[in-house]
Amino acid sequence: MISTIIRRLAHMILVMFGISMIVFLIFFATPGADPAARIAGRNASPETLEQVRASFGLDQPLPVQYGLMMHRLFVTRSLTSFVNRGMAVVPAVMEAAPVTLSLVFGAAILWVAGGIAIGITAAACRNTLIDRLLMILGLIGVSMPVFWLGEVMNLITQSRLHDTWLFAWVPALGYKSLSAQPWEWFKTMVIPWITLAVMYAGLYGRVLRANLVEAGQEDFIRTARAKGLSETRILLRHALRTSLISFVTMFGLDFGALVGGGALLTEVVFGLQGVGKLTYDALQSLDLPMIMATVIYASFFVVVSNAVVDILYAFIDPRVRGTGA
Amino acid sequence: MSEEPILSVRGLKVSFRTDQGMVHAVDDISFDLDAREILCIVGESGSGKTLTILTILGLISDPNAVIEGSVRFRGRELIGLPARQLRRVRGREIAMIFQDPMTALTPVFTIGWQIAEQVREHTTLSRRAARALAVELIEAVGIPNPKGVVDRYPHELSGGMRQRAVIAMALSCNPALLLADEPTTALDVTVQAQILDLIRKLRADFGSSVILITHNMGVVAEMADRVMVMYAGRIVERGQRDSVFARPWHPYTWGLLGSIPPLEGERPHRLISIPGLPPSLLHVPAGCAFAPRCRWSRAACAERPVLAGSGGHDSACVLDPTQRRAARAAALGVLPGVA
Repeated sequence: MISTIIRRLAHMILVMFGISMIVFLIFFATPGADPAARIAGRNASPETLEQVRASFGLDQPLPVQYGLMMHRLFVTRSLTSFVNRGMAVVPAVMEAAPVTLSLVFGAAILWVAGGIAIGITAAACRNTLIDRLLMILGLIGVSMPVFWLGEVMNLITQSRLHDTWLFAWVPALGYKSLSAQPWEWFKTMVIPWITLAVMYAGLYGRVLRANLVEAGQEDFIRTARAKGLSETRILLRHALRTSLISFVTMFGLDFGALVGGGALLTEVVFGLQGVGKLTYDALQSLDLPMIMATVIYASFFVVVSNAVVDILYAFIDPRVRGTGA
Repeated sequence: MSEEPILSVRGLKVSFRTDQGMVHAVDDISFDLDAREILCIVGESGSGKTLTILTILGLISDPNAVIEGSVRFRGRELIGLPARQLRRVRGREIAMIFQDPMTALTPVFTIGWQIAEQVREHTTLSRRAARALAVELIEAVGIPNPKGVVDRYPHELSGGMRQRAVIAMALSCNPALLLADEPTTALDVTVQAQILDLIRKLRADFGSSVILITHNMGVVAEMADRVMVMYAGRIVERGQRDSVFARPWHPYTWGLLGSIPPLEGERPHRLISIPGLPPSLLHVPAGCAFAPRCRWSRAACAERPVLAGSGGHDSACVLDPTQRRAARAAALGVLPGVA
């Protein structure tokens, strides 16, 4: 167990190092990428450029620059933005992270529950009207772009039907702190959660149904029937466990990516100042320290969620146990 | 003792709707099974053996399957029985052992859990009692270290052990009828013999009837009380084992028997094989299904032969006794002890 954790940690450090290197090199070492020119602005005089270089430490060799940046990011945590001088990037990420985590965790609960419900119901009612209906709904969910759905949700809940009993409870856009106003936080997040979860619920439901139907062909399902078990029990105990593997795999990837900033569109539509928004803004202004911080943060969550997925694998399928540790 | 057979199958037909029309995979099968009897169903792949016994338990879930006929178990009609009642028969009164033990157990649950699950489905035993019973059953089927194996997962056991576990599960509710679908095909020869011994022991200990599907005539010779030979979804010959082995009536049975190498005497240069392939079920000849591969086919074979005979030994072949004797002698050589 301990060796597994150590291996995971080493793995994580390796991944984060690799990603930080790539990001660094893209912004510092690709042809035409002169951060000083960008910081100094258009038509800056050579003297200004020199000054900028010196003041940002850009005149030093690349490995030193990289080392300095990592040192200031992880050790002193004093790395500041190139764009808003004096704005420390680590606190900025720390401030944005709870917003994104609230959004993605809540949505994940919804889409996992929704996906499992849709998948199981459709598989149980296979080839009936209910099955087809659910699959079409799932497809519609997958097809709706999240920014469009978000805007429609906003239109309905913030404007058109906001003054009716139905959506009067929906607060104005913007994030409320969970610790300070838990109830307000919840009310604010409900609509973003639903918006973000719809697509994933549809997708996961369809995948789970396909896996359940496929599992239904397995010999052990026939054995279970021959044992005299009920169809419900066969589906929930025997077919579901083995079908969850691809579900969990997808979840690990999607969850990691969303927490890492992939929920940008939802964040923008609902005015949530999350990591996605932060990354997006940093990219707009090519603010390397900020990009570096958000990318490192994102890779951390991707690696962590994949580690969690591996643990879940072992929990779901005993055949995985013992081989990976 | 009642004379009533425990299982009585009449006119069983299983057909599938396909794009090319109806496929009759099991075509008018009738047989009886007495208590404590071992019936072997023999035939090539695709001859409808497995479908026949899957139908008995109502395990054909293909929506394109059409099932006709009657399966009476202890006087009760199983075809068309509501799912809830059928479930009480499955696993409790009729149990099944499948061909491939590697895939027959759910990979994510322990052996003991899976046995206990069946026990608890059909009895009111507590979790603990069901587990204790599982340990007992695992021991009864000859798995060493039953207390350890009960908590093992299927992938941690060898094929033979898994098949034993499947058998332990099948026995858990003392079924009156055991359906075994090629239970030894996927196993090593040495393990095969052990599994067959186990099935025979079961009959002795629990008094179960057994339907054993195989394509191995050696298994038939060792296990069967009665034999039923199937070809292209039809019964071509059935009778007591000794009778069928000593005086096989149907040319297809000769083919099957001829394909066993003799234990004594001169070794044949080549084993006899049946020429040709089994017919596609889409194009089963209207008459005798075996006629296109039969050396003795004649004009009369264009009509479907009736399954008839005497002394419990029936065959669906038009050859009369004299012709049969001559043809059999030609096909198999003169069998010792046959008049």
